Amino acid sequence: MVESVQTPVPQAHSQAHSQAHRQPGGMRGFVSDWASDQQAFKNVSWGKAMMWIFLLSDTFIFGCFLIAYMTARMSTTVPWPNPSEVFGLTIAGHEIPLLLIAIMTFVLITSSGTMAMAVNFGYRRERRRTALLMILTAILGAAFVGMQAFEWTKLIHEGVRPWENPWGAAQFGSSFFMITGFHGTHVTIGVIFLFIVARKVWRGDFDTGRRGFFTSRKGRYEIVEIMGLYWHFVDLVWVFIFAFFYLW
Amino acid sequence: MVDASHDGNDVITPAAVEDVELYHPHSWWTRYVFSQDAKVIAIQYACTAIAIGLVALVLSWLMRIQLAFPGALPFIDADRYYQFITMHGMIMVIYLLTALFLGGFGNYLIPLMVGARDMVFPYANMLSYWLYLLAVLVLVASFFTPGGPTGAGWTLYPPQAILSNTPGGEWGIILMLVSLIIFVIGFTMGGLNYVVTVLQGRTRGMTLMRLPLTVWGIFTATVMALLAFPALFVACVMMLFDRMAGTSFFMPAIVEMGEQLKHGGGSPIMFQHLFWFFGHPEVYIVALPAFGIVSDLISTHARKNIFGYRMMVWAIVIIGALSFVVWAHHMYVSGMNPYFGYFFATTTLIIAVPTAIKVYNWALTLWRGNIHLTLPMLFSLAFIVTFVNGGLTGLFLGNVVVDVPLSDTMFVVAHFHMVMGVAPILVIFGAIYHWYPKVTGRMLNEAMGQLHFWITFLGAYLIFFPMHYVGLVGVPRRYYEIGETSFVPASVHDLNVFITVVALIVGAAQMLFLFNLVWSLRHGREAGGNPWRATTLEWQTPQTPPVHGNWGKELPIVYRWAYDYSVPGAAEDFIPQNQPGTLGVTREAVA
Repeated sequence: MVESVQTPVPQAHSQAHSQAHRQPGGMRGFVSDWASDQQAFKNVSWGKAMMWIFLLSDTFIFGCFLIAYMTARMSTTVPWPNPSEVFGLTIAGHEIPLLLIAIMTFVLITSSGTMAMAVNFGYRRERRRTALLMILTAILGAAFVGMQAFEWTKLIHEGVRPWENPWGAAQFGSSFFMITGFHGTHVTIGVIFLFIVARKVWRGDFDTGRRGFFTSRKGRYEIVEIMGLYWHFVDLVWVFIFAFFYLW
Repeated sequence: MVDASHDGNDVITPAAVEDVELYHPHSWWTRYVFSQDAKVIAIQYACTAIAIGLVALVLSWLMRIQLAFPGALPFIDADRYYQFITMHGMIMVIYLLTALFLGGFGNYLIPLMVGARDMVFPYANMLSYWLYLLAVLVLVASFFTPGGPTGAGWTLYPPQAILSNTPGGEWGIILMLVSLIIFVIGFTMGGLNYVVTVLQGRTRGMTLMRLPLTVWGIFTATVMALLAFPALFVACVMMLFDRMAGTSFFMPAIVEMGEQLKHGGGSPIMFQHLFWFFGHPEVYIVALPAFGIVSDLISTHARKNIFGYRMMVWAIVIIGALSFVVWAHHMYVSGMNPYFGYFFATTTLIIAVPTAIKVYNWALTLWRGNIHLTLPMLFSLAFIVTFVNGGLTGLFLGNVVVDVPLSDTMFVVAHFHMVMGVAPILVIFGAIYHWYPKVTGRMLNEAMGQLHFWITFLGAYLIFFPMHYVGLVGVPRRYYEIGETSFVPASVHDLNVFITVVALIVGAAQMLFLFNLVWSLRHGREAGGNPWRATTLEWQTPQTPPVHGNWGKELPIVYRWAYDYSVPGAAEDFIPQNQPGTLGVTREAVA
């Protein structure tokens, strides 16, 4: 293989070229680095590249949702409900603003930490710990969705609907249910996949080369990290939703 | 370590890319129906797109007949006419052009041209097609629902789109929105495949700057689609809520049939922003693959290297980037701060610069080339002329003061049909004539092809040139009957008849093309592996048509760019990309 494809090149020609090409600087060097052979991102696997690009696309979806919400909020002629009051909880007679959201946010951010630990143990091939941490992440995620369901229920009891609410602009309810619902869907999908991947890790599929049910392909421990990318992204998006919806 | 390099700094490095794990089908079903092979998926995409495109073609006939002979077909009333317009536009732009260029040509050509065995995620690729098919079926289903398909116009502007008295207000609009949402999800699965395959799955020696321009065009268009479709997705989701959950994202307080609706406080303009943030990049999602493909066709059939390869690549990328900051030129009459109009007119006209670079480079590639007037070349030449014509009227419409009087006239219809209807379709025809031998192993019939070309090309001009005039005298678009109106001269009525007759003939010529596609499968001349003596990798496969896995035991190794035609001193007038040697451009085109 090696010899058959190697071709004799006149020495002078080769040297002249290699000197001209040795270190192209500036814009040209930048381009040739990125345009380089076989892979644009060196040592980035297909799966990770795909997840990053998907997340970029998903960023645009959440971006459009949030911008649309902000447009509605800024252009409305009726008052926007005060989030601090709407999202407050009364505990032992004290009105505590944003309490539930604070707990939810804390839970979700914590789950990012356990996810990162799972990725770490995944690369060390410590199956049990990886799987347990992923399950812990999934439980935290499920807790988040559960609290969101509680929050939705509470608001619906107070009369918030997608088309109206007792305090002001109807777009408050529409945007709230749509955006948190869309984010909650992301978390739910993440929880489901966390359980699936955790089961595979626990069973040792990635050591034994067991093939997937749908794709009939072998998986790799890398899937833990790809799962982690998605999970951190969902957390990051929540930070923006939290800032723009609850704190504004 | 395998090292095929000439010196330490050469671009041909040891294999670093993992081999895709192919799924080897065991049954007829997994080989031809639920196939994970990009080539089969490509054919599925193409056939589905052409089939639904035929529906849109028939709709255009019906509209033209109504315009020329009002009342000739008694089942066409105003509602029907709006439904035809809406479905014709949406099908042609999204379900035909986007799907055919990216799902069809992208799937077939990307793995072959970059020297990969398949797309990087064949399973997701398969799901992409089935979701696309589902989207098409949902769309078609709206023809059979009570009230029929939506008649909101292909832009689906609210509030009118979701009012109950708009044709298709019952089910049509819901199915349209659901279909678009499914399409976006399905496309994302395919699009991620195309992008990652181009970025991370190339064979050894295939640097980005050695990619054929076809791949550059499809790649850039796919990246744009992954960033633009989210806006459409969001707009559809929100409008679906407005229609079904009673929200008011896009619905202002409004009275319909003397009745105050429950909506209020929403912004229809917001929908327009979201829609056109998708809609304008969509124009280039359709155009960039055409740009790329036509570059390769011209170079191959003029036996000459493409002029200014690097410029061509940069022009594609810059057009792609600019197309994200021009969307509001579709909204000059919607009511905008005048400074916005100034901004968007400027960015719009700046796009003319990279576009002109491309047109000049095509012309300079042809200059003193050894031009073979084969069918792909004829269609490419027709494309250049048509694209320039359509682009020139774009200069009119890009300027606010000229656009305002021309807006919503037939002039606009003529403009966008020339530039993003006829022009890309001509490239699709050229590309099919070019790659059909690779897909089937047989050539398409030349005589039928010539007839098809001349009727289509001349016919398109006979249809759309007069339409500019009709628009300039002020005939509005989307009117199902202009009747006797004082400012409309009699010539317009004559022209309408003329346009309709030509449109029917051109439509019939497409049946000839479809017949040719089927007829040549069996009766076409044997093509051999490389009938056009082309350089790119898809023509160098060990088998024609390429088998599952594309290449034999070893992936090809790329030694040169894709445009080594008529190299002085070479034995033949083309040097394939996988042929080693010192002649031609064996290094990166960066030099």
